Amino acid sequence: MSEFLNVVISIVFDGLAYAMILFIISVGLSVTMGLMGFVNLAHGVFAMAGGYATVAIMSQLGIGFLPALLCAGVAIGVASLVLEQTLYAPLYKAGELDQLLLSIGLVFMASGAFTYFFGPDPISVQIPDYLHGQIDLGVRSFPTYRVFMIAVGIAMALGLWISLERTLIGARIRAAVDNRPMAEAVGINVNRLFKLTFALGSGIAAIGGGLAIDILGLTPNFAIQYLVLFLIVVAVGGLGTIRGTFVAALALGIIDNAGKYLWPEGGAFFIYAVAIAILLWRPSGLFGRTD
Amino acid sequence: MKFRTYGYAGALLALSSLPAETLAATVRVGVVLTYTGGAAQLGQQIDRGMNLYIKQHGSELGEHNIELIKRDSKRPGGDIAKTAVQELITRDQVDLLTGFVFSPNAMASAPLVTRGQVPMVIMNAGTAWIPSLSPYIVRVSFTMWQFGHPMGGYAYDSLDCKSAASGYTDYPPGKDSVAAFKHGFERAGGELVDSIPMGSPREVPDFTPFFQRVKDAKPDCFYVFVPGGNHSTAVVKTFADLGMKQAGIRLIGPGDITQDTKLQSMGEDAVGLVTMHHYSADYETPENKAFVQAWKAEYGADTTPDFMGVAGWDGMAAIFHVIRSQNGKIDADGAIQALRGWKFNSPRGPILIDPDTRDIVQDVHIHKVVKSGDRLAIQVVGTIPQVKDPCKALSLGKCAN
Amino acid sequence: MPSLVGSHTRRQQMQPTQNNQHPSRRHRWHLAEALPWVIAVGAYFVFPDYLAFGTQILITIIFAISLDLILGYAGIVTLGHAAYFGTGAYAAGMLSAHLGWNEPISGLVLAGTAAAVMGWISGLVLLRYRGLALIMLTLATAILLYELANTFEDITGGFDGLLGIHISPLLGKFDNDLWGHNYYWYTLTVLVIVFLAARRVVFSPFGRSLIGIRDNVQRMHAIGTPVYRRLVTIYTISAGLAGIAGGLFAQSNAFVTLDVLGFARSGTILVILILGGTGRLYGAFVGAVVYMVVEDELTKLSPEFWEFGVGLVLVLVVLFARRGLLGFITDMNELMHKARS
Repeated sequence: MSEFLNVVISIVFDGLAYAMILFIISVGLSVTMGLMGFVNLAHGVFAMAGGYATVAIMSQLGIGFLPALLCAGVAIGVASLVLEQTLYAPLYKAGELDQLLLSIGLVFMASGAFTYFFGPDPISVQIPDYLHGQIDLGVRSFPTYRVFMIAVGIAMALGLWISLERTLIGARIRAAVDNRPMAEAVGINVNRLFKLTFALGSGIAAIGGGLAIDILGLTPNFAIQYLVLFLIVVAVGGLGTIRGTFVAALALGIIDNAGKYLWPEGGAFFIYAVAIAILLWRPSGLFGRTD
Repeated sequence: MKFRTYGYAGALLALSSLPAETLAATVRVGVVLTYTGGAAQLGQQIDRGMNLYIKQHGSELGEHNIELIKRDSKRPGGDIAKTAVQELITRDQVDLLTGFVFSPNAMASAPLVTRGQVPMVIMNAGTAWIPSLSPYIVRVSFTMWQFGHPMGGYAYDSLDCKSAASGYTDYPPGKDSVAAFKHGFERAGGELVDSIPMGSPREVPDFTPFFQRVKDAKPDCFYVFVPGGNHSTAVVKTFADLGMKQAGIRLIGPGDITQDTKLQSMGEDAVGLVTMHHYSADYETPENKAFVQAWKAEYGADTTPDFMGVAGWDGMAAIFHVIRSQNGKIDADGAIQALRGWKFNSPRGPILIDPDTRDIVQDVHIHKVVKSGDRLAIQVVGTIPQVKDPCKALSLGKCAN
Repeated sequence: MPSLVGSHTRRQQMQPTQNNQHPSRRHRWHLAEALPWVIAVGAYFVFPDYLAFGTQILITIIFAISLDLILGYAGIVTLGHAAYFGTGAYAAGMLSAHLGWNEPISGLVLAGTAAAVMGWISGLVLLRYRGLALIMLTLATAILLYELANTFEDITGGFDGLLGIHISPLLGKFDNDLWGHNYYWYTLTVLVIVFLAARRVVFSPFGRSLIGIRDNVQRMHAIGTPVYRRLVTIYTISAGLAGIAGGLFAQSNAFVTLDVLGFARSGTILVILILGGTGRLYGAFVGAVVYMVVEDELTKLSPEFWEFGVGLVLVLVVLFARRGLLGFITDMNELMHKARS
């Protein structure tokens, strides 16, 4: 295989795996921000909680990584409903600045609480042996866990896309994102719809948090550390679109990887420069509606 | 520790039985550590090391008491630490200052320490020239040069590395460490083919693109520096995932990448790693065995001290030495005088405070990760005795003046 | 204020209720406005041991006022205001460290000027955008500056910080002493000047037109206000004041690191202003004092878990006091008036 082709494959493949983490964690944020206009800076908390829940469930119940991941997703999804009911719902009609303050407050609280219960040390997770090592995909071999990540990410994107495009609930969500007063006028219960998507988005982020441990590690600071990254993916993709979030995650993931491989001295410069360029060009994001 | 201060009251018992003519003093020590944020784990290790020493040796202070006043320095920005130090000096009137995880926090505080005449015992902050910023600074931790520089020579001579690439977290300790390695490696005759900055210390990046770049460049050795904490596990995993070992590349670095607290989570992939450092919990010396045993008894069997914890322990030993030698009445010049040339049998081995530079002199060991039963362990395969900071000793770069 | 995200969900944002008085009476001084200054002067005598901390609070108030000008009065939400604080800090620091320009007052003026220039240049591009795009663009701009400062560490000192800042005594007499006496007065004086300037701007016809832009940008376009130019002007002024705060920060600490440009600083100042209340200038005072004192006390109480407490305070404030603490006081006042009548 030529040297050049090898480099290109490396960049695209590694970028893909990274992009999937970005996508899985950010997609819920995009939908909730698009649907409710709620600036939820605390979205990363669900991912962080999902990571800790995965590890705790594995050690407490003695079950494997994959079932624990699912349990964590469900548990955090349900728990997020409680938060939504008690803290978020009273603020839907309030100003965005109040929402900002509330969600930042939640991030702080989560950071302190997780430090108290799990300590400041990074947590690692025991991934099953079959996800270890390298897998030969014909052209060359790739790290198994990353192949798995890509598969999960694509499956999730497809699943979400089908349920949004092909089901009744999906149609209602789209209607509510496009024009909320009209959707309410034709009898769609937007609030209930929102609770559903909120729980779903949080649950998916929780799974993303669990999947990310092996690549990014996990500390009580996770929600703050990666907040900016998730926001950028959402803004670049455009609010309330799964396709946009997916494409944005892919673009940013792969470009970030290419930058780090080819020009590591550039540091984090690349991803932000690209984000700025895209937003200057399309302020509503790649797939956001311009109005 | 939820409480603001931690007064050791055990000595109070002794006090009641002592004759009244000896004056009992309470020595106030300001502790500035990073207790929250990404580096909170480092603050916790040092804090635990410190408290363990007080618990084990508190009675050696005789009639004197020690009171710790703790402050969170939060970020590595210098300002929060500096304000904390200012208040500790002017309002709490501390006799000594200690802690300091991040170098900029120590550097920003240095002028205050000089002006307020308070001795400062640094327990981490490894930027080489820090002790020269104030005559009242003493350091018990390490400098990056102490590991990177000997590693360069060792890699060429003993690990058969003729060419090497380096990757480092993009901030001063990383740059220091790689500069030290480069100097040592090239002096021995090796060639450093690539040097890759790998993101900021704030968050763990996806290391894959950096490592892939090294894999494609095919050097004999890959020298990696990442800060103690979250990064190291990801380094070892990425190295294994990319099959770099099979590609004939050897992973080496300072001991930060085989930190005791992270070692077990790295799994089998870590076996065979060679690093250079001044401490591991697996050292077989009686001092260390007692230290690790006491640590596990105090903080739980599944915990382990690492080089941060031992810095907390040694730093507190230095402070005890000052208190005893000054009989509870701390005077800055006297305290620094007492610490110049101070020798101590630390869990890490014999240490000495260099009388000229007020910096640590210590044995540096070559670590190899081996499998021992069902756990990973550090095996010492070589020792370089009593290493002074090569940066200052050789007058290199910023240490020249 | 136009909605940050969904463009249709709430076109009309709730705004801080402005006084319903006649415009000509609004800019008159109220007796209550003396309160913060009495407290600031009194604090010097009551808390003589906290003056370094007090100086940091005063600097934060200046920084928050600068943010209030654009957020509270012009509706520009930014997560990158540290860009201008940092520019000012580096300008003041590098003047001393590299050029030996140690005179503090002229250094401060230059710091403000440098930040204003930076604000003007970036504002020309940024202010063509609104909503989420603007937030993300301001954020990314600040991060790019951070990366730039990290890359050119030979000049900036990078992560480890800029050493060698030696500020001369103020007016040739007053040094930055260990207790921070002189710098408390220095910072307080600068705060008074900044506040008077900001108040002047806010109550000028120019300031009124900003409020118009914030509340209904279409209308302002319709009546022929040069919206974009107005926004660039106020953004430049705001950046300059942020730069003065940054310059004071550099001079009082005699130290600058990359942290002055960090996301945490941009985020914290936004939280502080919202906590106090936007669009009323005094929100900056209330927010900075409450936030910093609460954080400081909690940190001393529990160095490890204070974040939980700070977060709890923010959440409780949002739940029980909308539009910040000053908004809450206004609401209570109105309630009491209603109850009486």
